[in-house]
Amino acid sequence: MEELLREYAPILLLLAVAIGLGLILILAAVVLAVRNPDPEKVSAYECGFNAFDDARMKFDVRFYLVSILFIIFDLEIAFLFPWAVAFSEISMTAFWSMMAFLAVLTAGFAYEWKKGAMEWQ
Amino acid sequence: MVTFAFYLFALGCVAGGLFTVISRNPVHSVLWLILAFLSAAGLFVLMGAEFVAMLMIIVYVGAVAVLFLFVVMMLDVDFAALKAGMARYMPLALLIGVVLLMQLALALGGWQAAEVADAQRAQPIPVDRHNTEALGMVLYDQYFLLFQLSGLILLVAMVGAILLTLRHRADVKRQDVLAQMYRDPKAAMELRDVKPGQGL
Repeated sequence: MEELLREYAPILLLLAVAIGLGLILILAAVVLAVRNPDPEKVSAYECGFNAFDDARMKFDVRFYLVSILFIIFDLEIAFLFPWAVAFSEISMTAFWSMMAFLAVLTAGFAYEWKKGAMEWQ
Repeated sequence: MVTFAFYLFALGCVAGGLFTVISRNPVHSVLWLILAFLSAAGLFVLMGAEFVAMLMIIVYVGAVAVLFLFVVMMLDVDFAALKAGMARYMPLALLIGVVLLMQLALALGGWQAAEVADAQRAQPIPVDRHNTEALGMVLYDQYFLLFQLSGLILLVAMVGAILLTLRHRADVKRQDVLAQMYRDPKAAMELRDVKPGQGL
């Protein structure tokens, strides 16, 4: 247990460095930069213009479909990992259990393929 | 060091959850939610559940949070209009909140830890084998039913997502690989003998 956590110490260090560097970069801008705003300086630059509209807009729901399908197959792969790692020791039940799981999801995949959900138009 | 890391992650988790709820900007909410997920992954590592921690990062941060961000940033939701009904719905919302809180309190009050719980908490993973392997040894036969049910839930989610969102538009040309490959010059074009001064 202790050993396992010691292996993660570099990651914790990396996390601390990342947070520290992020804070330093943000605070340096606050501390060091000269700020002397006037209305002309903070207005949109001469060749730019103010935003017409809100950035949020309706978009095709098919993007959402793609990401939902991605999550589902992501989870399927997540279930495969422990099975593959313990493969040499698991029982026959476990093997066929995974086969049934894959068959169910393959049926879903076939449905998806047949419906043309992956096709972009 | 472990205690320090625990308090760091616990604080991150609680702060992340709190700011997810109280942030005014929903995009910031999702970013705080990602912090909560990452801290929870850190807590899992501290408990020795490496596989769950990595899964937390891959699935929740990598996929679910991105999906949330995507929806929150792109959907055409008028947050000012949503906020307008706040005062009107507040009493009902408070009532539901209090009822939920009381239910939680009741559940916690009537909850008794099993006798083996202490021992299991003290040693949640077998020491002699790797974390992921230990999970693989029990997940597929000992928890057969739950595993198959999760497969069925994924299937339902897949079919449901397709049924709810898939619309084929008739006015766009789609790719049909076979039809395109079997196209030959004879079918694709026609030679006409056009007489001078007549046209087709």
